[in-house]
Amino acid sequence: MQELTTTRHNPQIDPFTTVWGWEIPVYLFLGGMVAGMMIIAGYFLFKEKHKNSDSIANYIPLISIVFLSLGMGSLFLDLEHKLFVWRLYTTFKISSPMSWGAWILILVYPLIIANMLMVPPSFIVDRIPQVNKITDYINARPRLIQNIGIGNMLFGGMLGVYTGVLLSTMGSRPLWNTAILWVLFLISGLSTAAAFVHMIAKNVQERELLAKADNGFIVVEMFVIALMLIGLATSSQAQIQAAQLLLGGPYTAPFWVFVVGMGLILPLVIQLLAVNHKIKHTPVAPIMVILGGLILRFIIVAAGQYSHYFNAHFK
Amino acid sequence: MARYGMVIDTKKCVGCMDCVVACKTENNVPEGHNRDWIVTVVNGKFPTVNLEIQSQRCNHCDNTPCVACCPTGASHVHEVGKVVLVEHNMCIGCKACLAACPYDARFINPEGYADKCTFCIHRVEKGELPACVSVCPTHCMSFGDLDDPNSEVSRLIASRKNHQLIPEAGTQPRIFYLT
Repeated sequence: MQELTTTRHNPQIDPFTTVWGWEIPVYLFLGGMVAGMMIIAGYFLFKEKHKNSDSIANYIPLISIVFLSLGMGSLFLDLEHKLFVWRLYTTFKISSPMSWGAWILILVYPLIIANMLMVPPSFIVDRIPQVNKITDYINARPRLIQNIGIGNMLFGGMLGVYTGVLLSTMGSRPLWNTAILWVLFLISGLSTAAAFVHMIAKNVQERELLAKADNGFIVVEMFVIALMLIGLATSSQAQIQAAQLLLGGPYTAPFWVFVVGMGLILPLVIQLLAVNHKIKHTPVAPIMVILGGLILRFIIVAAGQYSHYFNAHFK
Repeated sequence: MARYGMVIDTKKCVGCMDCVVACKTENNVPEGHNRDWIVTVVNGKFPTVNLEIQSQRCNHCDNTPCVACCPTGASHVHEVGKVVLVEHNMCIGCKACLAACPYDARFINPEGYADKCTFCIHRVEKGELPACVSVCPTHCMSFGDLDDPNSEVSRLIASRKNHQLIPEAGTQPRIFYLT
């Protein structure tokens, strides 16, 4: 038996780490969803969906900008030394995923805006008519449109990957310290993005396509979750204990009920029935997928901070 | 160039917390926060019980996850003694370093920046010992250059049985506990 007694009681640190509250999971969720939407938007550009006036492709960039800005706002709220936020952009630290992320976020905006300017929203054109010149310039150049599509997919992928790498590089937190975390966050981002776009799409063909794509993403995500847990549970002692947080420990019930049950399996069943025309497409399944993705981020961030080399002693 | 480290003799430490008080006084550590603290480890089962008292603080690791993850360069390895420090005016308070430290040695100062033990570098640069070492009534703590084979710390590590904290985290901590 080993018993530890400590005189330390630092805020947000003891008895276990809670330095990241709601802001970081919300940001990781929104960042992941925008990453997924950029990849979907890039794909739609290649399929020239933006030429249909009722295509949802025309609205994705604007929604992406709003969500990304909300996510960055949430990230800003998490900072403890807010007035120094500009320091992020006076340097680039190659070993810091957060530095990569700060720069990726800056590079993502012009790509989404370029996509948006192909079919600019009317409220922008009404206020700034000069936008039409840029729209004409882009639309006259098919190669440029292709490159904007590639850029959106590439940087969308980087954004999605980085949200996972941010956590997985922390060797101090055994639950996060798994190389598959970025795959989980990227696929979850794609899944929630497909669900959201599916929910708001008017074009029937696009809805079918997005529901089918989301079903595929959900199946892959379930495999990734299983592989992540197998990987952790067959690793060293600290990681076995980390896996146990989700396999019998305090985060087990919310994880399996809200993330796997209501966030993946149920919506998969509903959407399988919908794409096979047994039932109508309703917003129920997409909402469940989106909430599941949000709760996944909350659980991973909280359980990851709880997981620790000393964890067994503080139980 | 020196590589400062600390050796703490757990056979001598009585857990009086003088080091904790000295640090708080020397560095004006805000109320409710600690840069160093005492951990008591009880091993075994009665009647074969072993007690080890550890004065803990930032381990000023050779392999620094806190410096690696810092997006602004606020967390850095100081040129003097390779001590790990935080530049307050560069820190944005993102808390990545708090999450990255396996020893949970850092905290957010109420002013917003990441705070931690500095090995009292302001004293060391003047040729003095860190406050915690200088006040220890049992002289259980030694401070010096780990790269100098003739320093007190190097000789203690070479001659006495010792261990580091969580070596499996791969951080190569520079505080050694004599047992």
